[in-house]
Amino acid sequence: MATQDLGLRQPAKESLLYDPKFRSLAFQVVTVLVLVGCIWWMVDNTIENLRRSNISTGFAFLRGRAGFDISDRLIEYTSDSTFLRALVVGILNTLKVAAAGIVLATIIGFLVGIGRLSNNWLIRKICTVYVEIFRNIPPLLVILFWYQGVLAVLPQVRDSYSLPFNSFLNVRGFFLPAVIWDGAFLPSFSWNGFLPNIDWSPVMAGRLWLIDIAILLAIAMAWFVVRRARQRQAATGQQFPVFWTSLVLIIGLPVLAFFAAGAPATLEFPQKGTFNLTGGANIKPEFLSLLLALSFYTASFIAEIVRAGIQGVPKGQTEAYSALGLRPGTGLRLVVIPQALRIIIPPLTSQYLNLTKNSTLGVAIGYPELYSVGGTTLNQTGQAIEVVVIFMVVYLSISLLTSLVMNWFNAKMALKER
Amino acid sequence: MQEHDLSWVRTEMALAQAAPPSQVGAGAWMRNNLFSTPVNSAITLIAALAIVWFGMQILNWMFFSAIWSGSDRTACLTTEQGGQLPAGWSGACWPFVSSRFGYFMFGRYPVEERWRVLLCGLLFLVLLVPLLTPRIPFKRLNAILFFAVFPFVAFFLLLGGYFGLPYIETQLWGGLMVTLVISYVGIVTSLPLGILLALGRRSKMPIVKLLSVVFIETVRGVPLVAVLFMASFMLPLFMPPGMTFDKLLRALIGVALFASAYMAEVVRGGLQAIPKGQYEGADSLGLGYWQKMGLIVMPQALKLVIPGIVNTFIGLFKDTTLVLIISLFDLLGTVKQSISGDPTWATPQTAKTGYVFAAAIFWVFCFGMSRYSQYMERRLDTGHRK
Repeated sequence: MATQDLGLRQPAKESLLYDPKFRSLAFQVVTVLVLVGCIWWMVDNTIENLRRSNISTGFAFLRGRAGFDISDRLIEYTSDSTFLRALVVGILNTLKVAAAGIVLATIIGFLVGIGRLSNNWLIRKICTVYVEIFRNIPPLLVILFWYQGVLAVLPQVRDSYSLPFNSFLNVRGFFLPAVIWDGAFLPSFSWNGFLPNIDWSPVMAGRLWLIDIAILLAIAMAWFVVRRARQRQAATGQQFPVFWTSLVLIIGLPVLAFFAAGAPATLEFPQKGTFNLTGGANIKPEFLSLLLALSFYTASFIAEIVRAGIQGVPKGQTEAYSALGLRPGTGLRLVVIPQALRIIIPPLTSQYLNLTKNSTLGVAIGYPELYSVGGTTLNQTGQAIEVVVIFMVVYLSISLLTSLVMNWFNAKMALKER
Repeated sequence: MQEHDLSWVRTEMALAQAAPPSQVGAGAWMRNNLFSTPVNSAITLIAALAIVWFGMQILNWMFFSAIWSGSDRTACLTTEQGGQLPAGWSGACWPFVSSRFGYFMFGRYPVEERWRVLLCGLLFLVLLVPLLTPRIPFKRLNAILFFAVFPFVAFFLLLGGYFGLPYIETQLWGGLMVTLVISYVGIVTSLPLGILLALGRRSKMPIVKLLSVVFIETVRGVPLVAVLFMASFMLPLFMPPGMTFDKLLRALIGVALFASAYMAEVVRGGLQAIPKGQYEGADSLGLGYWQKMGLIVMPQALKLVIPGIVNTFIGLFKDTTLVLIISLFDLLGTVKQSISGDPTWATPQTAKTGYVFAAAIFWVFCFGMSRYSQYMERRLDTGHRK
């Protein structure tokens, strides 16, 4: 400080180039200028290109008639529906295969991951071989293998394989008996401008609302039982069979309501004709190949995550619960798994996201998920920018939503410290 | 008083006794690992039966019942389907693979020019093997040749048009060659780009940080198929009218950008693991930003994340198959094309055979990479683990 006061420093002669603040500011300004320049150039080119090919911008095209058919759909759709509806069908199909895939992959992944830690040598080896095979083969290849190699060479409809419960397996997929309900469980939605229009009449027409109410009531009662049991255990130390009680409530009440409503459902069996099977539910080969390939592939990664998670719990924890006199099953449930989950959840989240993103591979075999429907829309309208914006918005929101849910779960599971 | 010393002191060590027979040998191992409890024994038996059954099925399909020679589809058809094989036959149709082998490797690259691809592959191996073998010296020269010189040599060799080599447009490229070209370019460009992005994300400059975060999170949030789609539909739209882009180049740009975002997150993990003292130490030595990063932080950070980097490479290698969706023909693309677009070999077994063949190639590459990364991890583990 004294030297400064004496005026020995000569700031005037120091080049601005050696001032870190100035340098960082200058660098950022240059970055922004270059970026803005690039974007301006690209936007300019794009406008010029669009003008030349006579494509109008904007999302108005979404209200136009789609004109193409979608075979696999969860909501009503015909080729006369709008592009918007087609895209919604695509999004629902993406979500359908992602949800089914996540469930299946988690089950297989946990089984294989735990299997890799088994004391049985043979089981350990089988699980290792499974992991090493499936995680080193591209998922797209596996999808094509199932679709073209296995499902496409199944017999034609008239020589279908007959399976139990009057179901059939043939080149058109899996045919199962379907449950036909008299009425609907949920009200029908339609969009009136931006406001949703909710129509309750299909629910009220039958007696299905009784089952709806029973389900809600059962969940509420189970929640209450869990709360009470926890309070009682904290106060008196007495345990209550929470699991079995809630199970009985959640299954029993709706079943009771079902019979109280006069069993408003019939089973419809697929009928075999010469060229086609009519009635029943059909799982399409596209969906089946995509589901099998994605879940087997992702399961191999989940297995490794689970193994690492369980191995990440120190051995002292196992010894400690044995010392406390807990049995292996109880100890595993109360001591090891809660700690392992902390290690497992973050990488598990990214695997779920990967699976959802990989569902776009369905386009290779014609499964009508968002990407494939969007591609068709693009081919018909030429609205490349808008379609890409829709892709970005939908995939980013699915990613963010899954991360949010998993982060919430993770925070719930995390170690509570001070 | 007379003392009776009843104690006895042994003067030589007792000989070690052999372990009881129940604890050593194959019998004990089997008792411990396969038949420790009744439940375990039952599981072992069921698993062994399943292995034998499935193993026989697979071996039978691949070797014993497989067809090894033939000139067209009739060799692999049963009597019901119009061939000579007994009804109910099922086995691999290997002549399909051998007859299309050149296509699977090179695509439609002209046969008389394929020596260029082979030469390129040979150069690649000659440079790669010493680079990966720790014992061989001249690593710096080797790395410069492999990462900086080889791409130009390969470019002129494969594309041609100079030095008297005929020009081969990328439309004709295909097969394993395209898979390797895309992976090589993706790997070589994604590492430096990823390092830059990771540094940007940890930078103190708010705008640079913001841009890096937005880029990384956006790219990681969308599927590669959508990125490739953007690269193939949007890039031409962004360019001045009349300027066209090669399709392969568009895919390369898409793959490189995609992989670099993932690489950035891996590198960031490494950067976060370096203690603050290392940064401060470098600062106190008077090193500038790039010197600090290049000489002190990066060598340690990259070493930490080698498994992550190799995993990203493996993912990239598997993801190159997606270019078939924007109709480029990589290894999987050529196999698919031969299965669905070639009536000479249309049999019920063709698809299975072709995909098993492609899967074997992909598996060998990916498994090799993961094994090498494990080896490197053990070798570089100079940490102070107890």
